[in-house]
Amino acid sequence: MTRRLLDYGAGAVLLECADLAEALSLLSVVRGAVDPVTEIVPGARTLLLRLSGPLTPTDRQTLLTVEGKPVHPTPGEAITLRARYDGADLHEVARLTGLSVEGVVRAHTGQTWTVAFCGFAPGFAYLRGEHNALSVPRRPTPRTAVPTGSVGLAGPWSGVYPRRGPGGWQLIGRTETVLWDLDADPPALLQPGQQLHFVES
Amino acid sequence: MSTLTIHATGPLALVQDLGRPGLAHLGVSPSGAADRAAHRLANRLVGNPESAATVETSLGGLVVSVDTVTWVAVAGAPTEVLLNTTPTASHTAIVLSPGDRLRITAPRTGLRSYLAVRGGLQVTPVLGSRSTDVLSGLGPAPLTGGQRLLVGTPTAALPDADRAPARPPSTVLEVTEGPRLDWFVPSAWSRLLDQVWTATAELNRVAVRLQGPALARLSDAELGSEGLVRGAVQVPASGQPLVFLSDHPVTGGYPVIAVLTERSADDAAQLRPGAQVRFRR
Repeated sequence: MTRRLLDYGAGAVLLECADLAEALSLLSVVRGAVDPVTEIVPGARTLLLRLSGPLTPTDRQTLLTVEGKPVHPTPGEAITLRARYDGADLHEVARLTGLSVEGVVRAHTGQTWTVAFCGFAPGFAYLRGEHNALSVPRRPTPRTAVPTGSVGLAGPWSGVYPRRGPGGWQLIGRTETVLWDLDADPPALLQPGQQLHFVES
Repeated sequence: MSTLTIHATGPLALVQDLGRPGLAHLGVSPSGAADRAAHRLANRLVGNPESAATVETSLGGLVVSVDTVTWVAVAGAPTEVLLNTTPTASHTAIVLSPGDRLRITAPRTGLRSYLAVRGGLQVTPVLGSRSTDVLSGLGPAPLTGGQRLLVGTPTAALPDADRAPARPPSTVLEVTEGPRLDWFVPSAWSRLLDQVWTATAELNRVAVRLQGPALARLSDAELGSEGLVRGAVQVPASGQPLVFLSDHPVTGGYPVIAVLTERSADDAAQLRPGAQVRFRR
């Protein structure tokens, strides 16, 4: 599919790509190629471009056609996160996936997760797994307060809420691991390319 | 250096500046004053750079004093400001002397006011900003009674104009089409513009949640998480739209049907529970 440029008010534009890989491949390319772009926020298959001024027709054409540079994440040691699988939506996830509760836990702990990109909240990483057995929709209405360390699922992603706050993902468990620490460098534990496993505690 | 003493905070008093943009890769929201125009104006009235830190109050109740003669200004929601027991004006520069108490009362309309102190508030910045981000908890804790804040040294002259017109906040929010308008049924856009929406009691610096008839989507397909901006009007599966303010999450997985103009994003920061809101293209 071709990319699309979607207007997002006077100060931004959304570049929709074929998939996550294409979006990430454009990160380094777009920054230098289009003048008014001041910041790029990657998403599941998009780049949000914050703009200091309007895009010229040439800018638009560049964004739609420029070739990306494929990114190869550098997997170091995989991190292990211990989690208690007692989340508020665990049974709902079992129902939605057709797995038993134990089956949901085994599916979550049994695959390697990779950080695709960070966003949503400080220290929050979008994790891509190896298969879609745990693919579930978000909750119809987001919660206004999700407990710190909650392990969640939404669409093809898993993630851990680093801090109490709003969230719309299905909660299956909770980890004590600290994902965000201002005194650490970098402050976020999970960086793009990092691999991790969950272990039931 | 002089000191600002907080004697009372009202429901919520926070330190704010123009935020910490450019940190989306850490998952950090831009944050900053919810009504950016009011924050900037308050600073200009006392000869501060617009980036100086102010106190953002919600529903008034802030009472402060100073230990040296200091210029201050209050801008934002139309509200009565008392110098000791005497009404003084908002949207103008006021001199506070040691022993004076300045009180920002609860506004008649609107929600937030900004107290600028000449020299700016000198709390310790976090990731380059003095703003409190209520979503992530970054930045200074909410202010409490008895707290003392250091005030910096002025860097420019006071402006020649010492009074600005107070523009009452509007509940008509101007929008352009959002990036995911095509995720909605064709009638959703006119429904967005035709309806009167009610601001719920769940509003905060992250978002104003609106109540009204559901805005229906074309399908149940999941939208992948994608970047958000201040002023984005997002519609979760419930069909009830919400308007993002300064502490919006960096990304979100629900479609954005419309985007507010900058000016209307400032007005959205003045909505209180029960406000009757309309959108206009």
